[in-house]
Amino acid sequence: MARSITMQVARYRPDREAEPTMQSYDVPLRKDWAILDGLNHIKDELDGTLSYRWSCRMGICGSCGMTVNGEPKLTCATFLTDYAPGPVRVEPLRNFPVVRDLVVDIGDFMAKLSVVQPWIIRKDEETPDGEYLQTPAELEDYKQFSMCINCMLCYSACPIYGLNEHFLGPAAIALAQRYNLDSRDQGSADRMDALSASTGVWDCTYVGECSTACPKNVDPAGAIQRYKLTAATETLKSFLMPRGGR
Amino acid sequence: MPKQRIAPILWLLFSAGGIVAALMIPVLLALFGVLFPLELVAPPDHAHLLAVIRHPLTRLVLFGTCVLALFHWAHRFKYTLYDGLQLKGLHTAINTFAYGGALLGSAVAAYLLLLLPA
Ligand code: SF4
Ligand code: FES
Repeated sequence: MARSITMQVARYRPDREAEPTMQSYDVPLRKDWAILDGLNHIKDELDGTLSYRWSCRMGICGSCGMTVNGEPKLTCATFLTDYAPGPVRVEPLRNFPVVRDLVVDIGDFMAKLSVVQPWIIRKDEETPDGEYLQTPAELEDYKQFSMCINCMLCYSACPIYGLNEHFLGPAAIALAQRYNLDSRDQGSADRMDALSASTGVWDCTYVGECSTACPKNVDPAGAIQRYKLTAATETLKSFLMPRGGR
Repeated sequence: MPKQRIAPILWLLFSAGGIVAALMIPVLLALFGVLFPLELVAPPDHAHLLAVIRHPLTRLVLFGTCVLALFHWAHRFKYTLYDGLQLKGLHTAINTFAYGGALLGSAVAAYLLLLLPA
């Protein structure tokens, strides 16, 4: 096996250049090195000016998402050897404004997260007496959607979000469903307005790229389809029972 | 944010159309387009087929299939133009053509299948 691989890394320093450029670095090709290890090698040994985000190095924090050879990937969970003999191209996540080099502005996603109120909403009492009990089957209903690590690979993969930044987007809708489908939650009516708005589930045309890109098998596309059925059923109900049908 | 009233209904028609078309049309095409003409399956005789077609239930099912498949087409076509060709700016014209076409097609289907005596 070759001893090194060329990494072509997108550089963008808005104070210095108008357009992003690509810069090549040769890094050791080691069996146990992820793309992120290659970037860390560049940063530590070759070029300390390179900027990128990472934290956990184990696919948990969701901060190391980048575009690797054109596809959205967690760079800590994507191995250099899979791209040998190279070169391998590393660019910032698509569909987000670039702040510098491989760092994107995630403000839009943060705002959308809070719109869907991704926490357990209770209507009945102030302080619970103890735990809210749940059966394994009730846990299973939402567990898949609770695996989301907010890495935004799905937003980067979604062509609809690329065309229309107002679209609420895959992870936010999947997270809304994570709480809607939780037996302890009573907030689905509060989330309905945002989800069933034109910028909510109805913008989605079920391309399915989000679920392909998701490193955690969350299946946001499935969550959206499922909510479309919920919203459509509610609409039919409100036609049949115009007053207080909800 | 405006709460959508029409979008959910159109989506239901689209989904139902997708299911119905996927179930019915391949079977009909295989039977009447391939198997009967090539006599791989013995075709029903003319009188028998006519009796089936004349039955109100057959006509209703065929009518339903046509209407739902047309609304399925309208939805697909609309989003192909919206997102594929990025013509969202022409939404009035596109919606008129797509859903107007589906309504027109439904009217033709109603005339042929429900009103016209067999
Ligand atoms: S749904 Fe998947 S791809 Fe999207 S943010 Fe969550 S973990 Fe990442
Ligand atoms: S560094 Fe935390 S998910 Fe990759």
